[in-house]
Amino acid sequence: MATPGTKSYQFRMERQEGWLQLEDYVRRAEKDGIAALSAREVFELPHLYRGALSSLSVARSISLDRNVVDYLENLTARAYFLLYGHQRPAGQAFMRLLARSVPDAVRSISREFLIITAVFLIGLFAAFFLVLENPDWYFTFIDQSMAQGRQPGASVEDLREPLYAVKDVGDGLDVFATQLFTHNAQVGLMAFALGFALGIPTLWLVFANGSTLGAFLALYYSKGLLFEIGGWLIIHGSTEILAILLCGAAGLAIARHYIFPGRMSRLQALAVHGRKAALVAFGCLLMFLLAGLLEGFGRQQIVSDGLRYGIGIFMLGLWTLYYLRAGRGPEEDEA
Amino acid sequence: MSAAAKNRRPARIRKIREIATPEGVSLKVELADRGDRAGALIIDLVILLLGMIGAVVAIFFITGSVGLDRLGLIIVLLSMFLFRNFYFMFFELRWQGQTPGKRKLGIKVIDRFGQPLTSEAIFARNMMREVEIFIPLGIVFSGGATGVSGLMQLFSFIWAGALVCLPFFNRDNLRAGDLIAGTLVVRQPATGLARDMLESGEKLQASGDGQYSFTTEQLRVYGIYELQMLEELLRNVSPEGGMKRLTAGKAIVRKIKWPDPVHEGQMDAFLQAYYHALRKHLEGGLLMGKRKENKFDGPPPVA
Repeated sequence: MATPGTKSYQFRMERQEGWLQLEDYVRRAEKDGIAALSAREVFELPHLYRGALSSLSVARSISLDRNVVDYLENLTARAYFLLYGHQRPAGQAFMRLLARSVPDAVRSISREFLIITAVFLIGLFAAFFLVLENPDWYFTFIDQSMAQGRQPGASVEDLREPLYAVKDVGDGLDVFATQLFTHNAQVGLMAFALGFALGIPTLWLVFANGSTLGAFLALYYSKGLLFEIGGWLIIHGSTEILAILLCGAAGLAIARHYIFPGRMSRLQALAVHGRKAALVAFGCLLMFLLAGLLEGFGRQQIVSDGLRYGIGIFMLGLWTLYYLRAGRGPEEDEA
Repeated sequence: MSAAAKNRRPARIRKIREIATPEGVSLKVELADRGDRAGALIIDLVILLLGMIGAVVAIFFITGSVGLDRLGLIIVLLSMFLFRNFYFMFFELRWQGQTPGKRKLGIKVIDRFGQPLTSEAIFARNMMREVEIFIPLGIVFSGGATGVSGLMQLFSFIWAGALVCLPFFNRDNLRAGDLIAGTLVVRQPATGLARDMLESGEKLQASGDGQYSFTTEQLRVYGIYELQMLEELLRNVSPEGGMKRLTAGKAIVRKIKWPDPVHEGQMDAFLQAYYHALRKHLEGGLLMGKRKENKFDGPPPVA
């Protein structure tokens, strides 16, 4: 009888055709993308993959040919990467991110958002009342260089004038707007990144931001300019402050799930919730971009208080609607 | 287990991780080296830099020619941001977890828990680059421009440094982005299917003129480890391979007390035959649930 005697040899001879076919498909798909395969080949791919996977299981237990086992390990891993890798086109993935993933992620950190908002408001009110009580507190919260003459001793006119200064577009304003964006985005990302330090610095950063704002408001309030400074700030501030708070909340979410991972392991909890936090931060980047444009162009062009408030509140409403309502519908097919 | 079993690893220390596929079979993947990852990053950053320079020149050329220099500057500032944020995302989305740098060095991103790699994970892990690379760069080069100053700046510098060095502090070489996105960077596997070492032996046996036949006692000397070392030797076609086989063959002859002298020219055939017999013997044992890992495993051969 001519049948070869060794079982592992027979096993291999019977199956290796499927392996080689799978290898060919995988190689082509790796090189030129899955589109390189015909419809029939794509259809066969999962079957061949499962076949190879079962061959691997068998080979691990019966075959002592190391090359075969190594080869199958490699082949199935490559096919696995291909089948379970990312297949959505980049543009579509991006749209889905904005329409669904980001608002969803924001909703998942609502509790952290409340805490951060509370911390921010505490900072704001504390600074506000402290400065009202005693203007000497002002420079505790606000850096000399940042104040640029906006300090307790200044006259009402000195404070009022810059709020309505109309600058020409040709005045370097547009460039200023983009720089503002870059700067603000970095502050926000810092608040987010500091979440990795168990959240304490995030809270501190948000508190400090709140107190700066509070001190500012107190200064203008004491001169009877609260309404005017409000308009000057809200036009972009509603977007920008919301973004900073969201970034802070995202950082806090990372810290929270790292410290209290619940049923999952720490790393797993970090992976599940950290992913969401990063998506929130990503959404915030876009918000900072918009806030920079509003601050740089909008505020310097629009001097009407009413319009400033209108735009600011409209933006706030828009964000609220987006984050609370967007992407709640049923998931369209997961292809 | 003995020292021999501990030395089983090949010369280069490979970090192997198992991921559980949804089909329930665990796959072994090899972790990418930190060096390879750094290399891939450098390649990507160089491409990014060249792309940016190209884009800047192009934008200024176009806007300059129509007299809108200022608009050009804005577009440049914004496109810097878009470039550095979307370069990695775009390629990893498009090339299934690979960027040009990663492809060049043969590494790729996968999901750490064996699930499909989602676009969210790709966005999340690359979003962190802004924090890991560009903020530290910003702190180093522009100082106070990040909105912090003095002591805070020092702290944030230390902090950024710790984030950057994160891959050195965990066994899976995870950077912060991998940590929060639940991803893992692995080596793209590539092993060809070689000829089965049994092939020639099977033919020989089928034709019925095998020269060598071994007794069970002679086959019980070695285990799986030795078998696979022998396989490696037999597959080695380089000139040193021949020398190594000769040495190993002599050792085997001594060990199994092969009665007849084996000449140099016959050594390969002898080893082939012994490999064939030994593998058949050990695989037969496997079917019966007996797994002899190496020569020290199991009952000692009868002296």
